[in-house]
Amino acid sequence: MDKVSVTLTVNGQSYSREVEPRTLLVHLIREGLGLTGTHVGCDTSSCGSCTVIVDGLAVKSCTLLAVQADGSEITTVEGLASNGELHPIQEGFWEMHGLQCGFCTPGFLMASLQLLERNPDPSEEEIRHELEGNYCRCTGYHNIVRAIRYAADKLSAAEAVAGD
Amino acid sequence: MDKGFVGQAVKRKEDPRFLTGTGSYVDDLNLAGQVHAAMVRSPFAHADIRSIDPSKALALPGVVAVIVGQDLVDAGINGLPVGWLLDGLKTPDHPSIAVGRARHVGEIVAAVIAEDRYLAEDAAGLVEVDYGTLPSVADVSDALKPGAPTVHDDAPGNICFEWSIGDKDATDAAFAEAAQTVSLTLRNQRLVANAIEPRASLAQFNAGTEEYTLYTTSQNPHVHRLLLAAFILGIPEHKLRVISPDIGGGFGSKIFNYPEEVIVLHAARKLKRPVKWTAKRSESFLSDSQGRDHATEAELAVDGSGRVTGLRVKTLAAMGAYLTTFAPAVPTYLYGTLMSGQYALPNIYCEVTGVFSHTVPVDAYRGAGRPEATFLVERIMDRMAQTLGEDPAEFRRKNFIGKDQFPYQTPVALSYDSGDYEPALDRALEMVDYRQFRQDQAEARRQGRYLGLGLSSYIEACGLAPSAVVGSLGAQAGQWESSLVRVAPTGIIEVFTGSHSHGQGHETAFAQIVADELGVELDAIEIVHGDTGKVPFGWGTYGSRSAAVGGSAVVTAVRKVRDKAQKIAAHLLEAREEDLEYVSGQFQVKGSPDQAVSFGDIALQAHLAHNYPEDLEPGLEASAFYDPSNFVYPFGTHIAVVEVSPETGATKLLRYVAVDDCGPLINPLIVAGQVHGGIAQGAGQALLEHAVYESDGQFLTGSYLDYAVPRAEHLPSFETDHTFTPSPHNPLGVKGIGEAGTIASSAAVANAVIDALSPFGITHLDMPLSSQRVWRAIRDAQPAAAAD
Repeated sequence: MDKVSVTLTVNGQSYSREVEPRTLLVHLIREGLGLTGTHVGCDTSSCGSCTVIVDGLAVKSCTLLAVQADGSEITTVEGLASNGELHPIQEGFWEMHGLQCGFCTPGFLMASLQLLERNPDPSEEEIRHELEGNYCRCTGYHNIVRAIRYAADKLSAAEAVAGD
Repeated sequence: MDKGFVGQAVKRKEDPRFLTGTGSYVDDLNLAGQVHAAMVRSPFAHADIRSIDPSKALALPGVVAVIVGQDLVDAGINGLPVGWLLDGLKTPDHPSIAVGRARHVGEIVAAVIAEDRYLAEDAAGLVEVDYGTLPSVADVSDALKPGAPTVHDDAPGNICFEWSIGDKDATDAAFAEAAQTVSLTLRNQRLVANAIEPRASLAQFNAGTEEYTLYTTSQNPHVHRLLLAAFILGIPEHKLRVISPDIGGGFGSKIFNYPEEVIVLHAARKLKRPVKWTAKRSESFLSDSQGRDHATEAELAVDGSGRVTGLRVKTLAAMGAYLTTFAPAVPTYLYGTLMSGQYALPNIYCEVTGVFSHTVPVDAYRGAGRPEATFLVERIMDRMAQTLGEDPAEFRRKNFIGKDQFPYQTPVALSYDSGDYEPALDRALEMVDYRQFRQDQAEARRQGRYLGLGLSSYIEACGLAPSAVVGSLGAQAGQWESSLVRVAPTGIIEVFTGSHSHGQGHETAFAQIVADELGVELDAIEIVHGDTGKVPFGWGTYGSRSAAVGGSAVVTAVRKVRDKAQKIAAHLLEAREEDLEYVSGQFQVKGSPDQAVSFGDIALQAHLAHNYPEDLEPGLEASAFYDPSNFVYPFGTHIAVVEVSPETGATKLLRYVAVDDCGPLINPLIVAGQVHGGIAQGAGQALLEHAVYESDGQFLTGSYLDYAVPRAEHLPSFETDHTFTPSPHNPLGVKGIGEAGTIASSAAVANAVIDALSPFGITHLDMPLSSQRVWRAIRDAQPAAAAD
């Protein structure tokens, strides 16, 4: 199959790769760029394990062809922490035991990131509703909800300090 | 103990790599020169394979090989073995690739190896298989009917085994004398485990040393190695290294030997290139061993005072088309032995027929037999309470085994060594505010709202188990666990465990145990698991055995290390061993803390051996092989509260209270997580999940669009607490908690829904209690009852 060139920025770094037009974005990220933190858990865009941020939106990267992401700016789980410091959402999952096997976790982190951008002070009900695109089989979601609340509180406290 | 990490909610050591995307799951691994496998799977439940034409696939540039069943036979590769035998068990050949006939949808018919994953899938679609379809059967009851299509010629009538436990005559007599009996016909529906990480295998062969390396999604890498090497490939065991790195959940489904592992190993040798296969989710649905699937008739008898006197159970258990590794144990020794529940039930008889049908194999799924038993016992206890007009909580209490009755010998083989059931029931009732709920429920009914509350007082036998006992019951495996504690010259402590973590947090919980024993920080300890090249032989993780058996091995080994360190310390301090005490990571002379030597200094001296006891070997390491003297018996009471909409039949799980007794908690965070996840899976069975086959064996729920896994919205936050009854026979006193939530919760949720529907005269519905099923039941209910 003829290959086409795709250029995208992932976690602040620019990449150009030749891919088959049918290549899914998640496969480019995992196999083309070697960023294996983004996982594949299903083939029906149901589980959300492959969620990344594409141009500011949480997207299941198995629903997008790599060529559709040409020119876009992407954040994966590898880009969340900065200077060795965990992002508050990562910290929340750690503090609240929001992960067990860890496989779905990157997708939840990315989905949560956007959830909090849209709604910085979500109720439990809102969190549960907004997570409908992500499956976890280990935690029963209980501690994931708490992890997101932890991050919400931490982020709003940081904002309050910044606003002082 | 100096420190006290045990019992603390320590954040997990393994989490940072998972949170930063730097974990190493099998599909994350790539080896130079690797090729990819894709499987050609039967679209028919039962078909002759008349011919396979790979020519179009092979013509595609980049396709390296097409492998068929006969290739494996010609290479001397055997079928997949069964690890648990029963009297009269039929064990038909289970080839990794079908030879001549396919017996379930999804069975592998050929494997294609190509330069990349997409190409391999393309080529798999080009393999032309000429099938001759045959009559097929999916349902266990249908499979036993005269004239039903036969799955295996050597299993006439599709009977895999007939097994029973208990005293039939005594139980019949109890029923003859009963003041009241109730009966229950139920289906415990088939489920799919659905670990979010699909199975994956990556094989490498070194032609020079003739050594294989297999990276695979395994809960028990040594079991995989043993069966693959000795039984399937016929190679020396040490020529196969099995590595199970970070694994994305198992829930039983990653215990078993699977055909794809055999195929990639064979292909890696044949092609002299690493071969990788990763399941698509659709393949997980069609090829991971599935769970449950019982058709059961049960009866319960009570005497004139409402005390249970007899339980009679007859179960047809689906085995699928082939037996996978531990399949025969699940509906027998992990099921029939649990029929006494928490109750003083003097007479029990349980007979089980294992049935082949043209479906995906059935084996252990979280709880494995024990959820099926608990569902039955707790459902029929509710039926009886309702029939007698007794309160379901008090009816349970009245029939509990009293705390002064332990050890308690049940009529179904198990001897419960400890238990105290009432405090857990009381605490759960208190947490849910039971009396208030009944008032609220009555008030809600007057308003046309249907609230329900369901109890499940469960017992679990886990921490498998004395090897001699399981051996006498048919296990072709031991059930001890290993640990090796190795102290480096710098004082770093490596702990090798035969247990395996695929989410359970061993790297933290086991480190907590070791840190307390040696008075060191958690960072000084590395827990190593999942690699047969590093870890001594061990039996792996399933049946809630990691803490009780694996943890006991760890503590036994580390105490040996400490004993040796004490000898070295005595020499260095020129003191007698018995005059030393171990405080805060150092041995010191009792009463003179300034005369002390630290664990780090001892570790260094153990390796230098410059100033060292003459009669002691250098080095500082010890191993332990811990064989438990009994199962452990966790228990508890769970309570679910639901509201059912009479208009839509939809159930909302409003509250879930869980009081569990797993002995002392090593790490309360991890224990809570295990309880939460377990509840979610059991609630999923009660309300949502169902692996559905068409009557001819076509699989109808092969994707997440068809099979409902619980999402965050389906569940409430859980309210958990514990009572503490230590196991009397292991050094930590701990009992398993990994499966308890699943064992308890399907019954609690189902009982709650039936309780909500009781005004309609509905006394039982099979799971899943989907809105459609509940709505139909309400529609069909007696209008007079609804008007009450």
